[in-house]
Amino acid sequence: MFETGLEQIKSSTGRVLRSQEMIINMGPQHPSTHGVLRLELVVDGEIVVDVIPHLGYLHRCFEKHAEAMTNYQQVIPYCDRLDYLASMNMDWAYALAGEKLLNIQVPERVEYIRVIMAEFQRIASHLVALGTYGLDVGAFTPFLYMFRDREMILDLFEMTCGARLLYNYIWIGGVSHDLPSTFVEKAKAFCKYFRPEIKEYNDLLTFNEIFIKRTANVGVLPADVAISYGCSGPMLRGSGVNFDIRRDDPYSVYNKFQWDVCVGKGEMGTVGDCWDRYIVRVREMEQSINIIEQALDQIPEGDVMSTIPKRIRPNPGDCYVRTESPRGEIGFYLISDGTGTPYRVKARSPAFVNLSVCPDICRGYMIADVVAILGSVDIVLGEVDR
Amino acid sequence: MTPQEITERLKATFGDAITDAKLEGVVDPFIKIKAEAIREIALFLRDDIELQFDFLMCLSGVDFGKGLIGVVYNLYSMSKKHKITLKVEVSKEKPEIPSVESIWKTANWHEREAYDLIGVVFTGHPDLRRILLPYDWEGHPLRKDYKVPEYYQGMKVPY
Amino acid sequence: MDEILINFLGNDIIAYTLMAFVPLVWIVPYALFAVYLERKVSAHMQDRLGPMYTGGWHGWAQTIADILKLIQKEDIVPSSADKKLHLLSPYVVFIGSYAAFATIPFSSAYIGSNINIGLFYVIAVSSLVVAGLLMAGWSSNNKWSLFGAMRSAAQIVSYEIPSSLALIAVVMIAGSLNLQEINQMQSGWFWNWYVFKYPPFVFLAFVIYFVASLAETNRTPFDMPEAESELVAGYHTEYSGMKFALFFLAEYANMFAVSAIAATVFFGGWNSPFGEFLGGPLWGVFWFLSKGMFFIFIQMWLRWTLPRLRVDQLMYVSWKVLTPWAFVCIVGVGLWTLL
Repeated sequence: MFETGLEQIKSSTGRVLRSQEMIINMGPQHPSTHGVLRLELVVDGEIVVDVIPHLGYLHRCFEKHAEAMTNYQQVIPYCDRLDYLASMNMDWAYALAGEKLLNIQVPERVEYIRVIMAEFQRIASHLVALGTYGLDVGAFTPFLYMFRDREMILDLFEMTCGARLLYNYIWIGGVSHDLPSTFVEKAKAFCKYFRPEIKEYNDLLTFNEIFIKRTANVGVLPADVAISYGCSGPMLRGSGVNFDIRRDDPYSVYNKFQWDVCVGKGEMGTVGDCWDRYIVRVREMEQSINIIEQALDQIPEGDVMSTIPKRIRPNPGDCYVRTESPRGEIGFYLISDGTGTPYRVKARSPAFVNLSVCPDICRGYMIADVVAILGSVDIVLGEVDR
Repeated sequence: MTPQEITERLKATFGDAITDAKLEGVVDPFIKIKAEAIREIALFLRDDIELQFDFLMCLSGVDFGKGLIGVVYNLYSMSKKHKITLKVEVSKEKPEIPSVESIWKTANWHEREAYDLIGVVFTGHPDLRRILLPYDWEGHPLRKDYKVPEYYQGMKVPY
Repeated sequence: MDEILINFLGNDIIAYTLMAFVPLVWIVPYALFAVYLERKVSAHMQDRLGPMYTGGWHGWAQTIADILKLIQKEDIVPSSADKKLHLLSPYVVFIGSYAAFATIPFSSAYIGSNINIGLFYVIAVSSLVVAGLLMAGWSSNNKWSLFGAMRSAAQIVSYEIPSSLALIAVVMIAGSLNLQEINQMQSGWFWNWYVFKYPPFVFLAFVIYFVASLAETNRTPFDMPEAESELVAGYHTEYSGMKFALFFLAEYANMFAVSAIAATVFFGGWNSPFGEFLGGPLWGVFWFLSKGMFFIFIQMWLRWTLPRLRVDQLMYVSWKVLTPWAFVCIVGVGLWTLL
């Protein structure tokens, strides 16, 4: 943290020199706001006095669109486009909410497929997050290494459902296609290939002295502030809170697997700094591989779609369902009025909530640190603005 | 604690501020409360040693129809691991609900969003501006009686 | 070389003008090649191929195509910019880095101007770059550009101190500021090079000089003035077309200038590493250029490996790490020569 020295300074000739704050605009077109976020920075020299985020440049009226659909299933392609780096997780959360309203159980094979897909998606999303974080602090090369490995995951997705980014794969009641016959084998090969890669990233970026200098003790988010701001996912765990929806509010078949929840311990600085949030993501990738390997071994045979009518009409009622997306708690608040169209769909997006803490943790750091902090929050504007 | 116990505890403290509670036969059990009492109840829910609702999962503005709009609060307790849903309804003519921003910081942006899209006015909110729509947008699009304007700043809106 | 030309042409002015063009004949093709090299080096370090199409074989004509594109581009001047300064600054920056080549010996037979204070002149004239960058940042009337300019002024000025101090350590051994003389004193086999003298002091001085020169040329990990994830492009955000190309050219010219100084002062300049074997003026050019390019390759290597420091950490490195150690070098070399 830096002190701002905005008091009046006397020059050597005794004249009083006035200094004043400067307002600069970061975004909406800026390489490290990860999209079209606009930050209004009030700066004293290089030191940031205040940050005022302005959102909405990517607002695509998701909730209004959802109310205009003629079928619950039609909302899913729009869910894809919320967090376009973790479409599987978005679809899954929405499908779970629909299934909870309908009060149906999906076949067990579907649960396993969904877990595998969601965890692959988590790795893919974290790879983008870590790679772009490297870019934010000035390291170009890790970004491309991570994209190389992400491509392999996207190949697996393409093999399964034909799409590489926006899948429309997880539907209410099941999934759109069964796994192709070679999927399990290829997925296992990827897991085997990927474990040593994590060490490569660590050598290249994580334990680089300059990287540690740039991220440790920067943007410290204490645990109580994180909870009060509703932070979730790696942001919350980076602050040392041992909480993961997959374990503490379990859904699907997560309680059948052995894995650990990774939390920030302040190894390089203070608990809850940017480095902690970063390392939580790195370690989560390892745990995701653990989950995938177990799921691939245990996956049962069976149907991939439960028998539900083409046009779903849940009973009137409402429910809130949350799952753990790569960025944190993605929740859908769904109200049904008994017709085939959702009455109200509210997406509680993790990046939106995580971003709201940013002004608080950016004050008193430098402009370069604002970039580092914003990168460690890992926002996706599609989800912030919806 | 189960939803029943939570409701009992709230009723014992606040009495008639709790207008309704549906705990069985619904997907998510919820408690309906009077709009004026939301801040006191929220503070009690967060600070009571038995309840400890320290995590506001979601805050959604909803147009309930029949001239009523409202807000739904989904609460979770990190330490006790229990959940509850609160619902507040107000009339469209006077859509004022006390803000819970001072109790859960996360409510700040959620309330701005509910104000922006539904038009709930949160009294006591420190910075109640639009958040997703442009600052000079007129109307609140998620209300069921919302009419899309013809023009915005001279640009044709429906394309 | 200057005498031959004067005799041949019979006119001093034409001869010296021709002499002055020699570095330019080197700089422009070198810059084209270095940009290509930078792209290829970065690509191969990052598991990519880099440019592959333009010109056929491995995209060799890519940078030529780029420069043709830049020449054709519209020259955009922001409406509220200080137009005179905005026009002038790319030239000032380029002149600053080009002028430094005047006293750098390319071979035993060619040096632009064989003056006695050659090293001092190089250090002094390359400071002109700072003025140009400040002009660019200020005249663009863009807050981000101004940030870049202020950062680079602070950075270059502070890193000149450790780099000059490191060079002083060598000047104390050589007893001369004339770069041609410094070169001649290192002739013979490679163990005569100054970098291997008085271990480890001169080697330390070389490391200090190299780190400081990275900062002076705004290369990663010290590329704060144009930190693209923070300041977008720093002082040259508002430049386009040929003016932007001039900044680019100046940056690569500067990179070669500092590498050439490192090669000349620490690594024997145009001297062959194997005594008289492959010696002589023409081989001298080869040795000098390949040593310079080697340091440029290291600069690129570092750029594509390391993250970027923060402004205050940058100042910390300069004032609290490099400068004290440079003093250690001077004291060490001084005591050693006395004993």
